Amino acid sequence: MKVKASILKGKYLDSVKLMLISKELRSLSGIEDAVVIMATQENREILKSTNMLVPEIEPAQETDIVAIVKADDQQSADEAIQKAENLVSSPTLKTEQEKGNRKALTIDKANLKLNGADLCLISVAGKYAAEEADKALDLGLHVMLFSDNVSLEDELALKTKAVKKGLLMMGPDCGTAIINGTPLAFANRVPHGKIGIVSASGTGLQEISATIANLGGGVSQAFGTGGRDGMKEIGGLMLYGCLEYLINDPETEVIVLMGKTPAPDVLSKLWKLLSQTAKPVIINFLKPMEIPSQSNLQYTISLAETAQLACLATGIQTDPHQLTHNHPLPKLRAKYLRGLYSGGTLCAEGIQVYKAMFGHEPYSNVGSDENHKLEDGWNTLEDSLIDLGSDEFTVGRPHPMIDYSLRLQKIAQEAANRDVGIILLDVVLGYGAHPDPASELVPALEKLAKEIVVICHVLATEGDPQDREKQIGKLQQAGAIVFTSHNEAIEFACKCLKSARGI
Amino acid sequence: MLKLENKPLKVINLGLESFADDLKSMGVKVESVDWKPPLPVDKAMREKIKANYAKKIEPANRQALEIINSGRAFLVGMGVAREEVPGMHDNLILHAGPPITWDRMCGPMRGAIIGALIYEGRAKTAEEAEKLAASGEIEYAPCHEHGCTGPMAGIVSPSMPVFILRNETYGNFTYATQNEGLGKVLRYGAFSEEVIIRLKWMEEVLYPTLKRAIGHLGKIDLHSLISQALHMGDEVHNRNRAGTSLLIRQLAPALVKTMLDPEQTAKVLDFINGNDHFFLNLSMPASKAVLDPARNIPGSSIAVVMARNGTDFGVQVSGLGGRWFTGPALVPDALYFPGYSKADANPDIGDSAITETGGLGGFAIAAAPAIVQFVGGSASEALSYTLSMFDICFGESSSYQIPALDFRGTPLGIDVVKVIENNLAPVIDTGVAHKNPGVGQVGAGVVNAPFEPFIKAFEALADELPGSC
Repeated sequence: MKVKASILKGKYLDSVKLMLISKELRSLSGIEDAVVIMATQENREILKSTNMLVPEIEPAQETDIVAIVKADDQQSADEAIQKAENLVSSPTLKTEQEKGNRKALTIDKANLKLNGADLCLISVAGKYAAEEADKALDLGLHVMLFSDNVSLEDELALKTKAVKKGLLMMGPDCGTAIINGTPLAFANRVPHGKIGIVSASGTGLQEISATIANLGGGVSQAFGTGGRDGMKEIGGLMLYGCLEYLINDPETEVIVLMGKTPAPDVLSKLWKLLSQTAKPVIINFLKPMEIPSQSNLQYTISLAETAQLACLATGIQTDPHQLTHNHPLPKLRAKYLRGLYSGGTLCAEGIQVYKAMFGHEPYSNVGSDENHKLEDGWNTLEDSLIDLGSDEFTVGRPHPMIDYSLRLQKIAQEAANRDVGIILLDVVLGYGAHPDPASELVPALEKLAKEIVVICHVLATEGDPQDREKQIGKLQQAGAIVFTSHNEAIEFACKCLKSARGI
Repeated sequence: MLKLENKPLKVINLGLESFADDLKSMGVKVESVDWKPPLPVDKAMREKIKANYAKKIEPANRQALEIINSGRAFLVGMGVAREEVPGMHDNLILHAGPPITWDRMCGPMRGAIIGALIYEGRAKTAEEAEKLAASGEIEYAPCHEHGCTGPMAGIVSPSMPVFILRNETYGNFTYATQNEGLGKVLRYGAFSEEVIIRLKWMEEVLYPTLKRAIGHLGKIDLHSLISQALHMGDEVHNRNRAGTSLLIRQLAPALVKTMLDPEQTAKVLDFINGNDHFFLNLSMPASKAVLDPARNIPGSSIAVVMARNGTDFGVQVSGLGGRWFTGPALVPDALYFPGYSKADANPDIGDSAITETGGLGGFAIAAAPAIVQFVGGSASEALSYTLSMFDICFGESSSYQIPALDFRGTPLGIDVVKVIENNLAPVIDTGVAHKNPGVGQVGAGVVNAPFEPFIKAFEALADELPGSC
């Protein structure tokens, strides 16, 4: 086998583009593996772990792109490297020609070109993200910071500045928002309506807003704050600011507040703020807790129920069985469940539902129970719910909602284990997500032994670009049992387990 | 209190392009930033520069640009370096780029110095010349520090004839040798007998013939020739065919009127006609002539020199006096002639990047569609190169224009601050020398200047400003 590598200086492409190029190279004949990636320290670690860290790329700087291929012979290796160089060089030229005008090099210039923008959506690598977000705030722009790996210190400084200027500082690690009807990053097409959402969780926000849409409701604003906003270091600055906005927003009649449970100080500030409104507020902090007794506040830990209660409060008569699918319980070849999630909050909800039914948490890489904590998501045990979006999987690779390769690998790994009876998957549609998840999953599902039960939760709305019905149809055809509410999907999986174990 | 106007969003996207594509598909107004990881420059320095830009740097740059734009370079005569070039003496050899010692010089530069010492009669053989060159007896200095510019190795030795140029607006002079043509030539490091014989012919026949003709004309307006050449497909760095032709038109009557020997005059015309790059040795000193008066304007961040010696790339900045800011010269990612590859190439070399510094060359490549294929691209790419340089220039030329851009002036006045803030290096439209002496040109292409000299200059600018970092 031949390994060849090349350093490409002075070029920059986003990680998704590089991933697509890597994928294209891997599809060439004679190529066993290929990676085209920025030569950052983090990425070198990844290359090392996959035995792709070759001495040739040693001199590369952090800002260089490196291409590494493993090929059957020298000629295939040479051709693949040549192809990598061509692909890395061509995209920018193509887009420039297409547009006939040059892209702005800085936020400042882009702001001028738009004659004053409203919001800056930032998804560059974490170590550069804070500085860019700061520039955007200085220009008076709202910021949605998708990037993660931003320090708490930077987050606090950015949010403090934003609050002073009356601006949104959503994130870091904010994956979802719907502002003035526009879905941003990972978000679903949701009708405009009366429910305002503030959420410290991306997929939680997606599940709730999509369910609202599916029940016939609509959303006025859906703010994401980033997962750490409720921590005492950040003090809930954005949770508070967004909540305050929704309380005063005449378009918003019902408020949804959700996320991981905030720190006690933050919580008491939020309760105090909520005491000033008579609007119905549906709260979901992802685990059971006591809330102040105030007639307009309702609490639930089910994402589906959060949406239902919000719709009810706006006067939409929802049938509690509207989203229910009556599937007969299938027979299992073995008694264990493996949940392979791309959505962190869905995984968290799964853990809670499981706990409510079995009295303890399942094994997980993200659970809170030390006795059921997995060292890493690769080594699953018994019933395991794995968040494939957590850091150990995503450093240096695109999110599993975009890139299904990791999930396909995990599906094959779990299916090969004779103890596994059910595989549970969340399939997130909407903007930002994979354009056609069924095309990735169907061939993998068809390869699985017939007796493995595959349960899919499809998180989507009618308006999403992927065509929800087509996706569901293809997954069903490949043998999957499909739900459109996660709560129901995980409950169904747990019922299957109970019945198989005779409990 | 959060202020959010309820109206359709206009979004700036920075990072994953798919997010912008999604927004566009919904009809949202989006502008994507062509983002690259920022250069390694201290944040405090960036902030200091930013805080002072409008008040201190910008006015100084405006002044510098006005000086550059009002300069008019004329060819006013010829002479011998020993007598004309300031500071020239018998033991001095001038070279391209920033200062460098013999031990760090690249192959082509060493070869050219060996050739120059043989040409000067200081050595009979290459071995003798090399010994003398390394002995310490010979002094080396950058052309730019003696009013000169030289292509490739850029060697100027005392006996070489030079063109004399004068900026009529400011009265300053610049100098350059006569261009030898392509193939085995001194500027690529060749020193064989044919090279020395040609240099002697240039001294004994070409020089006096041209000197008489130029003397007869009094002066030739190079500013006007360059402006016309841009409208005729030259960018006067890598393509000088129009400039050379225009020069012959001006010279021809005077050559005839001052003719001593028809055979020799014909040979002179043949020589110029056979060398499309003859005009390069005028476009370079012409660029220098208009840039030099813009030196030493306190606070100005405009580059007045970019030059390479085949080892280092050097930059001088108006507000930073005669200091050189250097970094390793890069091996160009160029288009290589058949039989050659990047492995044969010498790192970037020559003072010719003075044309880019003066708003020509790569900055004006949109005017030269004929050579863009030669440098491995398309005509639209050439436009895009020129357009991109407006992002790092303080202004534009008031007289050098690009027809394809509706006669917009070329980008002029490289602003070191904009290079850093936009993370965009100047493009240089250059030839590539073989790393071994005397092989000659092995390729050509549009290459980016390295960032290191610009980062150093940026930091020096920040240091010069009042207040601490």
